[in-house]
Amino acid sequence: MSKTGLIIEREYVSRVRKKSFIIMTLLGPILVAGLFGGGIYLGLSDDSSYNILVVDNTAQLRDSSAQSSTTLFWNQLKPTKQMKFQYTREGLTNAAFDSSDYTAMLVIREDIVTFPEAELVFRKLPSLTARSYIKAEVEKVIENEKLKLNSISKSTYDRIRTDLELISVDAKDGSTSFKQEQAFVGFGFAVLIYFFIFMYGVQVMRGVMEEKSNRIVEVIISSVKPFQLMMGKIIGIALVGLTQFLLWVILTGVLTSVVSGFFIEDVVGPNGVVEQMQITDDVASDMQKDPMKNAAIQEMIDLFFFRVNWPLMLGMFVFYFLGGYLLFASLFAAVGSAVDNETDTQQFMLPITLPLVFGFIVSEFALSNPEGATVFWFSLVPLTSPVVMMVRVAMGFDASNIWQLFLSMGLLVAGFFGAVWLAGKIYRVGILMYGKKVSYKELAKWLRF
Amino acid sequence: MDLLQISNLSKTYAAHQALRDVSIAVPRGSIFGLLGPNGAGKTSLIRIVNQITGPDSGEILFDGKPLSQDHISRIGYLPEERGLYKKMEVGEQALYLARLKGMSKGEANRKLKIWFERFEITTWWHKKVEELSKGMAQKVQFITTVLHEPEFIILDEPFSGFDPINANLIKEEIKALAANGSTIMLSTHNMGSVEEICTHIALINRAEKVLDGPVREVRSKYKQGMYDVHFNGTMLALGNALWAQFELVDHYQSDGYYTARVRLLEGSTVNQLLGALLPSVEIVGIQEVIPSMNDIFINVVGKNGVDHE
Repeated sequence: MSKTGLIIEREYVSRVRKKSFIIMTLLGPILVAGLFGGGIYLGLSDDSSYNILVVDNTAQLRDSSAQSSTTLFWNQLKPTKQMKFQYTREGLTNAAFDSSDYTAMLVIREDIVTFPEAELVFRKLPSLTARSYIKAEVEKVIENEKLKLNSISKSTYDRIRTDLELISVDAKDGSTSFKQEQAFVGFGFAVLIYFFIFMYGVQVMRGVMEEKSNRIVEVIISSVKPFQLMMGKIIGIALVGLTQFLLWVILTGVLTSVVSGFFIEDVVGPNGVVEQMQITDDVASDMQKDPMKNAAIQEMIDLFFFRVNWPLMLGMFVFYFLGGYLLFASLFAAVGSAVDNETDTQQFMLPITLPLVFGFIVSEFALSNPEGATVFWFSLVPLTSPVVMMVRVAMGFDASNIWQLFLSMGLLVAGFFGAVWLAGKIYRVGILMYGKKVSYKELAKWLRF
Repeated sequence: MDLLQISNLSKTYAAHQALRDVSIAVPRGSIFGLLGPNGAGKTSLIRIVNQITGPDSGEILFDGKPLSQDHISRIGYLPEERGLYKKMEVGEQALYLARLKGMSKGEANRKLKIWFERFEITTWWHKKVEELSKGMAQKVQFITTVLHEPEFIILDEPFSGFDPINANLIKEEIKALAANGSTIMLSTHNMGSVEEICTHIALINRAEKVLDGPVREVRSKYKQGMYDVHFNGTMLALGNALWAQFELVDHYQSDGYYTARVRLLEGSTVNQLLGALLPSVEIVGIQEVIPSMNDIFINVVGKNGVDHE
């Protein structure tokens, strides 16, 4: 085995065997699956029942057809299995409500038709679903009242009412665009790259500092060239990162399918209408039961499984992760070699972390304005492109602007070689320099040694 | 033939000249002591020989050929600033370092077992380095330096950090390695061990070589014609017997007899000294005073002045 190979092997094996690596590898997917499952759970399962006291302050209806004296909302809110409404004209004080059996108290002001505003007093905040239901019901009553006041019949109104669906169509290929949603997936990858570069870049720096402060470095560079040692460390740690990513993809896939399978089955019911794990089938049968709730899930599944070009995304992720990591890791290695202890790293860390953080911020921009000039330039510059470009890749390129992707990739490769060259020069001198506080001026001098 | 031949080596760091026109020849099979005060340039020289840094000018021949990367596996190096990976197991680490020097895994494993037995440290194999004491770690480092049986072994301050027992163990190992044909270059401040084990020395001061050669020659070169005379009698009698050609430098009494240190001045001989003393005192013994390396070191370096940057 070549000497660089040996170094890579040591860096890789010693890190992969560490407890912290194993814990991180297991914890990551559990966290993701937990969030995913938790999201579905919160969104779908609200099985608490609500007993709501409606305090109706609106005036008695003058409508002569009414048999009894009644108000605008009296018995007008449609109860569901989980939600019961009790009506009163006398509001409870907050203290009295607190000791009552009601889950919430809906206070409707006298002039609600002119000022559409109502108060929901609660002990425990009702779920978002419950609140939207109440809101929709109250709106319906007000709308009906307004129709009556304007002498418009319900059927006329339903005819007039328009719900526009705005479909964005890309002029170039006529495809329906879901760029916004795809951008979010890209942003997810951008976050991952940002996180990985930071985590593993700092590991490279620590590793270099460890060797330097241990004084083992002199023994090793009497056997190999400093450049081999530096590259061996950088590549070894890159492999650790890729291993972790791969394990995360596999474990997350397994866990999310288990978790989502569990929840979707739960929604379908204890009778087990759907036994198999096929998500689309589940959703299809589920859709009939509750169209509103499942539209969102359908949307998400569509997005994740059909609209995102996974092979391209994963390929680009690996490219930009490796390119960005190699660039930053060599800079981190140079910093590690130039200092004696962790506190001295601060002054050199800033110019390295700043572009990374900038890239992160710009990729957030890219979500709302993917074709702006800032995003364009930041997706080309090697220091920020690994993070920013992922968002653009997710939204897709076409023949007219694909050159931007290739240019960005080319610049990243060039940037990586430049950074390695620079780092190699600093590293060579730095690792044998002890007890000297190094300045930027000093570093510049090392480049000429 | 010389294993290592350094000619006219110079090295300058930014504003500081570390080596100035240094030429040294290390004969094959010698134990070569590289001496000099702190900051004289010893470590710079050693790093250049190890190809860790390059010289600005000058030439180094190893076994008759210009020094190159091919020679790395034939050189063993124990730096002054030495360390090991703290979190790695001792055996694993020794294997790693041996393989970096170009040994195969099997061969390294086999030889390590032999060395670990020889140093009685087989139980350390699975210990982490951080569990070892400094002296223990030094033993491991020494083993990894010589494991690949290099022809040329460079030891920078090999005895620092060892207790006297282990320092002696290392000393014996160095002698054994030399007896087996290895050539050894060591830098040390311990002049006693230089006299004991070194066959040749070079003294570097303020970036320049000021003295070199076989230890015996160097020491006799610095002889000052002094003799210790052990005798029974009185100091007064001895003093009266010495004529102008002899100078009494020092005297003390021990083990029931006197010892007088006498310098022979221009032209006088030992026989003349004895002739002068015989009538006055009873001579127990006489021996020539050969200057210690320590004296020579202080003498030479003191004269030139130590370079305090």
